[in-house]
Amino acid sequence: MMLSGWFIALLSAAYVGLLFAVARFGDARADAGRSIITANVYALSLAVYCTSWTFFGSVGRATSGGLSFLTIYLGPTLMLLCVGVIIKMIRIAKAQRITSIADFIASRYGKSQLLAGLVTIIAVIGIVPYIALQLKAVAASLDVLFDQPGHTIRLWGIDSTLLVAGVLALFTILFGTRHLDATERHEGMVAAVALESVVKLLAFIAVGVFVTYGMYGGFTDLFQKATAHPDLAGLLRLDGARAGTWAAMILLSALAIVFLPRQFQVMVVENVDESHLKRAVWLFPLYLLLINIFVLPVALGGLLHFGGQGVNPDTFVLTLPLSQGAESLALLVFIGGLSAATGMVIVETIALSTMICNDLAMPALLRSPWLQRQKQADLSGLLIGIRRVAIVLILLLGYIYFKAAGEAYALVGIGLISFAAVAQFAPALFGGMYWKQGTRTGALAGLLAGFAVWLYTLLLPSFAKSGWIGNGFVEHGLFGVDWLRAQALFGLSDLDEISHCLWWSMLANIGAYIAVSLLTEPDALEAGQAERFVDVFRHAQQAPDTRLWRGNASQTEVAALLERFLGPVRARQQLESYARSRRVSDWRSLPADAEFVHFAETELAGAIGSASARAMVSSVTREEDLGLEEVLDILDEATQVRAHSRELEAKQQELEAATAELREANERLRELDRMKDDFISTVTHELRTPLTSIRALSEMLYDDPKVELDQRRRFLGIIVSETERLTRLINQILDLAKLESGSAEWTTGEVHVGDVVREASEALGALYREKGVCLSVDIAEDLPAVLADRDRLMQVVVNLLSNAVKFVAPATGNVVVVVGREAKMLRVSVADNGPGLTAEECGVIFEKFRQGGNTMTDKPQGTGLGLPISRQIVEYFGGKLWVESTPGNGATFIFTVPLTQAVPDA
Amino acid sequence: MSKRILIVDDEPNIVISLEFLMKKEGFEVAVATDGEEALAQVAGFNPDLVLLDVMMPKKSGFEVCEALRADPSRAGLQIVMLTAKGRDTEVAKGLAIGADAYVTKPFSTKELLARVKEMLGIA
Repeated sequence: MMLSGWFIALLSAAYVGLLFAVARFGDARADAGRSIITANVYALSLAVYCTSWTFFGSVGRATSGGLSFLTIYLGPTLMLLCVGVIIKMIRIAKAQRITSIADFIASRYGKSQLLAGLVTIIAVIGIVPYIALQLKAVAASLDVLFDQPGHTIRLWGIDSTLLVAGVLALFTILFGTRHLDATERHEGMVAAVALESVVKLLAFIAVGVFVTYGMYGGFTDLFQKATAHPDLAGLLRLDGARAGTWAAMILLSALAIVFLPRQFQVMVVENVDESHLKRAVWLFPLYLLLINIFVLPVALGGLLHFGGQGVNPDTFVLTLPLSQGAESLALLVFIGGLSAATGMVIVETIALSTMICNDLAMPALLRSPWLQRQKQADLSGLLIGIRRVAIVLILLLGYIYFKAAGEAYALVGIGLISFAAVAQFAPALFGGMYWKQGTRTGALAGLLAGFAVWLYTLLLPSFAKSGWIGNGFVEHGLFGVDWLRAQALFGLSDLDEISHCLWWSMLANIGAYIAVSLLTEPDALEAGQAERFVDVFRHAQQAPDTRLWRGNASQTEVAALLERFLGPVRARQQLESYARSRRVSDWRSLPADAEFVHFAETELAGAIGSASARAMVSSVTREEDLGLEEVLDILDEATQVRAHSRELEAKQQELEAATAELREANERLRELDRMKDDFISTVTHELRTPLTSIRALSEMLYDDPKVELDQRRRFLGIIVSETERLTRLINQILDLAKLESGSAEWTTGEVHVGDVVREASEALGALYREKGVCLSVDIAEDLPAVLADRDRLMQVVVNLLSNAVKFVAPATGNVVVVVGREAKMLRVSVADNGPGLTAEECGVIFEKFRQGGNTMTDKPQGTGLGLPISRQIVEYFGGKLWVESTPGNGATFIFTVPLTQAVPDA
Repeated sequence: MSKRILIVDDEPNIVISLEFLMKKEGFEVAVATDGEEALAQVAGFNPDLVLLDVMMPKKSGFEVCEALRADPSRAGLQIVMLTAKGRDTEVAKGLAIGADAYVTKPFSTKELLARVKEMLGIA
């Protein structure tokens, strides 16, 4: 009795009535300025994503594909995690009064009517079959309910599906086209959709619980039974080989949650508060999780229960309760399915009708001579009329497609095919949001390329599978060309059809979008829009828009335009509220400036889309064409401020770096200064020391003529030797200064080092003999000459020999000179058996005025400059001078001079 | 009784001239050629005044001066720093660590004598 046609009709009517009431309430509250759209309602309205394809179809998919049905729900969850992207989309949509996804894309690329039209056409082609699928689902569920003995499928002789379509059209018309709102929001509808989301979730969970706990003993029992069943066990395993398919599905569904027109409608257009998204980020995935928990149990329960009876798995949610006689549950499920289908159809139809009206009908109308004649007529009624017709048309098309396709694959598989169609919007839309270089031509090229590939690899093959057209292009390729096989393009045959289509269409789409964008220049309007979209967070709401318009407008003409498209009442309302916002008491005294024109265009955009609004506004105003350069300049101002601050920052960093460098240089200078100071102080000391003796002794001799002769002679001797020391010191300081400054003079020629050493040892022979020190010289034969200054080399050898004799003990002292070659160097070593040097001393003795401490004479007679000078000389010739020594074992001074290397010019 | 003067310098010729100068004035003179020897001589020779060179091996004149000033029993010892380094900072340093006079080389023999006599109270 419960399942009589009348009862079901009444119940459905009552349910639809409830939705009416909710929608009515929502609209009333919205009009009163007390929106009932909360974060929860928003999140639930997103669940319009779960259509009858989910409600009935998930179970069906699970019976064949196991867990793979989950991908359709994983994608949206991942997409929602990109909150930033969606917030940006919402922000742009609000700033630009975006009415649909077609409007969004068109607006970004210079408010292009062509682009808007193309997006609309793709959406309509992709989505109408999807709507048909919803109608089919309702029809099928009715079939199942009525498939009981004694019931009829027809009501009043009318096809029940047509009836459903009609009711839906009515509902959609009433709540989707109540008025032309500037923001195109339909709060009542959103509230109704949210309620439907709750109903379908409750219905699905109810049947899930019924099957899992009523018919079976819970999850464990069900899964154990399934595992025991050889055919079913496979459904419970994750098939690693299908990972690619899974990835494609996830990507596809992630894009669908944004790009399906109904999703864009509820998520972006209908959003009243950005913060609602934060709730949706977890609430919506939670919803998806809940509605999916029982999918597998119901699927398994159905397969176990109806095993082999040929019951359509898509109807398990209904047939399982019915098989147990749970008629009221079946009715609840029917209502749930009805909710899923109607929610989708209503929102989708509103979105599509807006697009058709704004982006297909309006551009045609605006050009028509008829409209030109009706200059002052109020067109707001016409607009609403167009939308209503569009709604009826879409549902009719859906119904016709449903009737024509029936059980054909082209209908059954449409869900993912639709997803793949709307995925084509992704490059142009995401590109438009983040890439300023993307151009209209690029977006057109990308969309066309992607759409063509989609058509060829997915839609047409689905027609072929349905037997509507020949399948030659699928089997053998277009014109028999093998690599044009529709689902194995260029031999790519390892992928399933969806992944295959996604791969090639995205490749073509993204490739064409980027390549053409890079090859083309945007025009002024486009460049301006690109800036506003990409930098939406940086721009103040109004400022950049008004700066980009220049021209003359008549205030009355613009107001008349608003009245034409919004209707006089609404136009008046908007004008007055705008006047208030500018603190003008009467809107008629508003100046017809850029800001006013912008206000009017935005209002119009909310009604007829940005592209048409642009066209209308420019028809009543005399605009000066801003060149691309000019627009970019204006936009650049904002950028320039940023650039300036960046420059300042950079400058500051440069300054800091320069300061650091200066500080470093200063530090070095100070160090040099300190070294120079030390040097002068040391030189002073060295000069004063002999002077002290000379002065003291001279004074004493001068003051006291009676000094004994011996003493006198001794003092004078000291004075003479100290004077010599002073002279030597001054000469060496000058010598070193010349060497260091590079102004020393060199007489370079071929020098036989052996001869130099022999000569030096002869010259110093007297000194050695006097002290009783043995000097032996060992000079290798056949040594080549080197290029050097003979006198300078002599200076080095004499210095080393006289140092050596100074530091060895008298009588036992022994100095050995060896001249030989080592690799490409001539090597001279002077070894003594003196006290030797510590490792520290080995380095120190080459510093100026640092003499070896342990002399065997009373006081070193040297100046402390001999070794530094010698080292300078040797290094000038490209050689090295160093000492090898350990304390107690004598010291060996070694220097080398290159044999072949040319000596630098003096 | 004659005053005792210790001459400390590593330059033999300066030692010769100072020794001659002081002996001629009737002082009793001892010589040290480095810092360590100077400290030993102070202990053994017990001088009234030290002519102390700054730049010396082993222990600088500053170090010797500090060591001497750290010994309270030598509070009456006069110390004259002699140095070829005439910079103000060194003069200040020498006086700060307790030298009684600071004479830069080369010095006037007459002035040095006058100074020494004055310090020893033999004017």
